[in-house]
Amino acid sequence: MKFSTIKFELNGKPVEIEVPPAMRLLDILRETFKLTGTKEGCGIGECGACTVLLNGQAVASCLLLAGQLEGTKITTIEGLVHDERMNLLQRNFLECGAVQCGFCTPGMLLSAYALLQKDARPTTDDIKNAIAGNLCRCTGYKQIIQAIQKSTESLSDPDQ
Amino acid sequence: MCARFIKSKHFFEEGMVESLAEVSEANGKVWDEDAELDVVGKGVSRIDGYDKVSGTAKYTFDIKLPNMAHAKILRCPHPHARIKRIDTSKALNLKGVLAIHSHQNTPTIPWFWNMSQLYDAHLRYQGDEVATVVAETERIASEAIKLIEVDYEVLPFVLDPSEAMKDDAPKLYEQGNILRGKPDIYERGDIEKGMAEADMIVEDKFSTQVEVHHPTEVHCSVVNWDGDRLTVYDSTQGIFAVRDTVASSLKIPTSHVRVIKKYMGGGFGSKLDTGKYTVIAALLAREIGRPVRIAMDRKEMNQSVGNRPDSFQHLKIGAKKDGTLTALSHYSIGSSGAYPSGAGCSWPMRSVYQCDNVKTTDFSVLINAGQGRAFRAPGHVQGTFGMESIIDMMAEKIGMDPLEFRLINYAEQDQVSRQPYTSKKLREAYEQGAKAIGWWDRRQKVPGGMPGPLKRGIGMATQIWWGGGGPPAYATMKLNRDGSLDVLAGTQDLGTGTYTFIAQVAAEVLEIPMDQISVIIGDTATCPYCASSGGSTTAPSVAPAVKDAGEQMKEKLLSAAAAIMETSLTNMTYWGGKISLISDPSTSMDISAIMQKMNERILVTTGRRSANPDGYAINTFGAQFAEVEVDIQTGKIHVLRIVAAHDIGRVLNQQMLENQFHGGIIQGLGFALLEERVMDPYTGTLLTMNMCDYKMPTMMDTPQIDVIIVSKSDPLISDVGAKGIGEPAMIPTAAAIANAVYNAIGVRMKSLPITPNKVLDALNA
Repeated sequence: MKFSTIKFELNGKPVEIEVPPAMRLLDILRETFKLTGTKEGCGIGECGACTVLLNGQAVASCLLLAGQLEGTKITTIEGLVHDERMNLLQRNFLECGAVQCGFCTPGMLLSAYALLQKDARPTTDDIKNAIAGNLCRCTGYKQIIQAIQKSTESLSDPDQ
Repeated sequence: MCARFIKSKHFFEEGMVESLAEVSEANGKVWDEDAELDVVGKGVSRIDGYDKVSGTAKYTFDIKLPNMAHAKILRCPHPHARIKRIDTSKALNLKGVLAIHSHQNTPTIPWFWNMSQLYDAHLRYQGDEVATVVAETERIASEAIKLIEVDYEVLPFVLDPSEAMKDDAPKLYEQGNILRGKPDIYERGDIEKGMAEADMIVEDKFSTQVEVHHPTEVHCSVVNWDGDRLTVYDSTQGIFAVRDTVASSLKIPTSHVRVIKKYMGGGFGSKLDTGKYTVIAALLAREIGRPVRIAMDRKEMNQSVGNRPDSFQHLKIGAKKDGTLTALSHYSIGSSGAYPSGAGCSWPMRSVYQCDNVKTTDFSVLINAGQGRAFRAPGHVQGTFGMESIIDMMAEKIGMDPLEFRLINYAEQDQVSRQPYTSKKLREAYEQGAKAIGWWDRRQKVPGGMPGPLKRGIGMATQIWWGGGGPPAYATMKLNRDGSLDVLAGTQDLGTGTYTFIAQVAAEVLEIPMDQISVIIGDTATCPYCASSGGSTTAPSVAPAVKDAGEQMKEKLLSAAAAIMETSLTNMTYWGGKISLISDPSTSMDISAIMQKMNERILVTTGRRSANPDGYAINTFGAQFAEVEVDIQTGKIHVLRIVAAHDIGRVLNQQMLENQFHGGIIQGLGFALLEERVMDPYTGTLLTMNMCDYKMPTMMDTPQIDVIIVSKSDPLISDVGAKGIGEPAMIPTAAAIANAVYNAIGVRMKSLPITPNKVLDALNA
């Protein structure tokens, strides 16, 4: 099997890996970098559990191959440990009860984060659209929407 | 001694389980309806929350062990076949392949009630296990299974359970395709007499589809041998059940198997059974001398790890003009799949309404498709749809409001056992739910009567389930020198909140902050026994055991403080997590101060679930009300609102309770409108292989949901008074939606899921 050298930025740090060009980003994260916060639910881009940020956009990491990563910025849940906006979302997810089994949660949080990065005051429909690709089998979604709404309110509050 | 052994009986899923249990006989403080609690019942955030939002929570899927190899199963491509020959030589030559197992080189291990084996040369559905490759990576294993050459003798197949019952149908088993060779029949009174007494009779047919569980974390195990001892990390709803099955399959002592499950990405019943894959991995790991990981993919999740059986129900009910039910008859056929699984759905008909003449007949039929398994209120979800539809039809026929009709036939005692209920607040649920949805003024007086193409309607349905739990369930408390507390229980958290309610109960009893408490569950080696998490029994079984352990710990602390102060136990009092002389509050010592004086000793207690009361039926009850809008041009149904009013005893955690209700209702909505496993009748193959073709509700399908709890506690069950909620939440949703659709369009939908084309067909019929 041929290996390629690929350079990209992972969670704010430059990285260089030698992997087969067809290796999935999901496997690069989970296996090469041991970042298991990114989950696999379906492996074919349907469930959203493996959502990460590619240059700030929410993408399914199971559908991205190593060869597509050169020069990109990839962010996972682990990369946002000290990020204020992510911390706010995380707190509100807990306060609103938006987490049950938690397997979809990292992906859900990254989709929400990507939305709030682009638009600090999204409408409920914007929120629903942003998260519609993230399946959750435990909750009824309502608490997730509430948690994101609550985060937008605090973000747009000038005192915050 | 505050404990004794009893023979305990309680309902688990649809069956009565009986087991010897040591139960608490301590006269603990009962949390009755008026109990004022500080922590229990509040919307405390889940204690496992941080792990989950930070991505640091480790699920079985994330377990990685040094030198771990990966296994992948080759599954049968045909709906029915027999293996003539397997040649694994090419696959074994692929670099990175470590071993391959099939029926040719493994012991015969009985599976599925001894009707089949772990590897069976007779393959009964598309997806049956043929062989397993273990390799350095999952990718190599996946490549290698393509290189295994198998000659199949392809056999005729049958998918339709009604066809499968016929004498000339292809047989999955020599003894025939009807499970146990006969239907499950229940009878009370005289059904013919009851029908004869009726002024009105309604008879109709209803059908429900096969539904797939789809927990977000796939089924997976990681197994590791250490000498002759095996550790199994498993995404399971029953650690002790897995331990026992794995040990008996491998013919090793139970004590040599340790099953661990920390976090889990959902189950919904599909992870109640021990997976073949776990034993398959253990055999391979033993052969190669390395840890082995095995994880299903989403196709396997659709195909091979269980489903809610379909149902074809023929119902007939009789009532007098005054609304009294005189006879209830239920006849149904459901698919077990290729291996035994109960597919009956008549329990609601037997138990919801007061009626002296009832007969139910349930056939569970073996067909060439994936096996059924318990799925969130097995039988009840299907049965409630049929029953609550025909109850509405009868109400309309006799010109009575559907809710009024239900109240006339309200069962004051359990209809099957003829015993009183420990508590039943269904009447209150009806009243409060009806008020919240606007039942009396917002329903269409004439079904379909709303002008224009967008038609709204309101419907309701009733829920009954067990969910009282029972012994055996144990919890061990360890109080450490620094005053921190460990609570250990061999139960599991499916994502439902077990970790959190255990900490809440312990915090409540010992009056200490929750952050001083560590909850350790999901480990057969360290935790005392608790049953599998199914049947909505976890909270009602485990919470009282935790409370009992806490009460005992309080006694120990009082005794220890008395010894320290060199006085008699009767002079001591426990208040606010502190102990003092009754006569002198200034002597108070907190738990850590007492523990410091205990040197290195830790205090240990084991609490037990008390026995259920004799002579009572324990059930949960509820009613859900749905409001829908149907576009009669497109057939699309939009669920606007669900009001769920339930009697579930004591609420342990308001936030997690609402979570469970929302999740259950959304699954019910999916069952009503979207979800369906589709098989190709011509080839016997599965068409809904992924989560795009198998349609589950998304964010866009969420209606407004209002949860109303009409109960405060059920102190007859236990000191805690909690009943389960996981399954009750889902039971009536689809039936309520279907009745609302009728109210909206004036045409009754008798087949789930109610897809737009079915609505248009019905409107045009």
